[in-house]
Amino acid sequence: MDTAQIVLVVLWVGLTLYALLGGADFGGGVWDLLAGREHANRRLIEHAIGPVWEANHVWLIFVLVVLWTGFPPVFAAVMSTLYIPLTGAALGIICRGSAFVFRKVSTQWWQRRLFGAAFAISSVVTPFFLGTVAGGIASGRVPRGLATGPLLGSWLNPTSVFGGVLAVGVCAYLAAVYLCDDAVRAGLDPEGFRRRAIGTGIVVGLIALAGIGVLRLDAPGLFDGLTHRALPVVVVSAVMGLASLGLLLVRRYLLVRLTAVLAVTAVMWGWPVAQYPVMLPPSFTYRQAAAGPEVLLVMLIVLGVGALLILPSIGWLLLIQRRLPYDSE
Amino acid sequence: MLSPLALAAGPASPADLLAARMQMGFSLGWHIIIACLGVGMPGLLLFMEWRAVRTGDADRMLLARRWAKAVGVLFAVGAVSGTILSFEMGLLWPGLMDVYGQVIGIPFAMEGVAFFMEAIFLGIYLYAWDRLPPRIHMLSGLPIAIAGVASAFFVVCANAWMNQPRGFELENGRVTRVDPMAAMFNPATLHQTVHMIIAALMVTGFATAAVYAVGMLRGRRDRYHRLGFLTPFTLGAVLSPIQIFVGDYAGRVIAEYQPTKLAAAEALFRTRTHAPLSLGGVVRNDTLHWAVEVPSGLSLLVGLSPSTLVKGLDQVPRADRPPINPVHWGFDVMVASGFFLLLMSAWLAVAWWRRRDLPRPRLFLWLAALAGVAAVVAVEAGWIVTEVGRQPWIAVGRMRTIEAVNPAPGLWGGFLIVLVVYLVLTVATLYVLRLMTRAAPVRAVAPQERA
Repeated sequence: MDTAQIVLVVLWVGLTLYALLGGADFGGGVWDLLAGREHANRRLIEHAIGPVWEANHVWLIFVLVVLWTGFPPVFAAVMSTLYIPLTGAALGIICRGSAFVFRKVSTQWWQRRLFGAAFAISSVVTPFFLGTVAGGIASGRVPRGLATGPLLGSWLNPTSVFGGVLAVGVCAYLAAVYLCDDAVRAGLDPEGFRRRAIGTGIVVGLIALAGIGVLRLDAPGLFDGLTHRALPVVVVSAVMGLASLGLLLVRRYLLVRLTAVLAVTAVMWGWPVAQYPVMLPPSFTYRQAAAGPEVLLVMLIVLGVGALLILPSIGWLLLIQRRLPYDSE
Repeated sequence: MLSPLALAAGPASPADLLAARMQMGFSLGWHIIIACLGVGMPGLLLFMEWRAVRTGDADRMLLARRWAKAVGVLFAVGAVSGTILSFEMGLLWPGLMDVYGQVIGIPFAMEGVAFFMEAIFLGIYLYAWDRLPPRIHMLSGLPIAIAGVASAFFVVCANAWMNQPRGFELENGRVTRVDPMAAMFNPATLHQTVHMIIAALMVTGFATAAVYAVGMLRGRRDRYHRLGFLTPFTLGAVLSPIQIFVGDYAGRVIAEYQPTKLAAAEALFRTRTHAPLSLGGVVRNDTLHWAVEVPSGLSLLVGLSPSTLVKGLDQVPRADRPPINPVHWGFDVMVASGFFLLLMSAWLAVAWWRRRDLPRPRLFLWLAALAGVAAVVAVEAGWIVTEVGRQPWIAVGRMRTIEAVNPAPGLWGGFLIVLVVYLVLTVATLYVLRLMTRAAPVRAVAPQERA
């Protein structure tokens, strides 16, 4: 494996972790939006997200920095062509983060409602925009160069819409699955989130199936990859998705976290496996895009040393989050 | 030379370039205030907590608790407004990132690690306060303070590279043989990072103190407010004289490496000896009007002798000159604010030396409240000097800003939307912070506080 390949894997691991951790925080916002009068759910979501969302959010910055350092032309092409949905995502990120923390320190009912609404709506909008970005790249609508792709068509197209809906669905699904166990540990009734997890699991599964049809028409290259080289990964995601449904039915809340994570991870990895070694379809490969070997090596060293600092620290944070008593706030 | 890629897409319109520059300037200028507090507040907070634990002092502990709450809000807002900046590197300046992203990537990767540490330990520090022994809790805050300063260092390293680009070779418009360390540690790195980190600590000190100065002006002259004023103000006061020296050193480095920027800051058009130091004034038709001049002042500052030759704007073609008025005024406002802060620090030092107390005149508190604003103004003005002073280059001598800007149409629309969102965010942030200064717990200590 050369350094560019290692960096590519590191990049995708970062993106996967962002989806699994940061995605679930957005999903929490989705359920906050749909909680209606069930304010106990809102409190549980706030309790679960509070200590970790900033650390989870950093994975996105990690992905951006690794992309622009490791594969600068890809970063430049994606950011310039897709600047509309990416500006939307950036503004969504601003609204989500600040509204969440503003709500936390607000005491008045109207303030909490206002900030809560901003938090919840931006939690839906942000993953949708990020999903459209993925769809635009995967369907080969982001050519190399600066803003050479269509300004609107690059993200308003069948694959992008599919990507956006799938992203919101996956976030909501992960959050519902995680919250089942959180509810149990908080001494609350997990049935509500169990019902939601099963429902979204089925819906997201159906969307993913329908998406294969969309890809066949709109992104034949990706479809071909998913049905051939990446087929095992697709099968794993389907199997893990079904296993998660089964585990939810029998109320194994801790184990279902694992299978749901594996299902989403498989969905995330199906895409790069299907189109490797191409980064920007149809033909711009990671090798053409890669930065100089000196840069890649130094970056890997920096990230390696960083991982030694960060990973144990995250472990401590997650431990503290798990042990935080529900009524402590 | 325009890169072949930029030509392929067609250059951006001047209006879109202006929009992109204003969007970057606006979001960066916004973030920098929060970022300064993010760099300095954790250290200040830990110091206060340490003193509180050591002395068992309830007032100090209450200050530490409330600062922690404010840090929680500021860090969240800073984290998201900082994220926007990393988006904007690509959304607005893809031409720069396309070619040079890999050259400046390493300090950003290091900054990412530091930011991770800040976010993780802030979660631990804020949420586990009552669940960890005091000593362990304070230790859990230490990485936040260290990583905050480290983040500032790394980010400013990347900015310094834009002023002194090096550590690579160009072949057919693509970089080769990158030396990431030479890029990161360039001649602008030392003075820019030190100047900025001290500035961030000064903003923290003076702005925090200003909150309590206002409280004292409203009659709340209890021990809680005195401590809340004196501790951060002392931090700013100690650093003010140091910052003047660092700034002077920075000026001399810029005279050597970026003479055009210094010439713009001083509105010096003609290369000459006995160059004057010009205060204020307006530039029209390549002449500075109505300025107060200190004869030979600039030559003395640059080379310690009136006969020092100082390069003027005539050294570069007109197309390579930055806009003079904003750079000159930015420089003067920064220096003036710096000296105002120095005088305030001296005033407090004299009063403390003679009477172990704050200066008696009410004017001191008024001006101390103003010092919080002045520290922020100085940072903003300083960034105008370094960023506008770098124009028309995004990487000096290597790439013009117009080559870097996103050629996609409609950047104006994006800028207006971003502007509206930031205005709302500003109002909401100030509102929430104000709300927090009136939160319930303080009533037990300061009964005068309005609920």
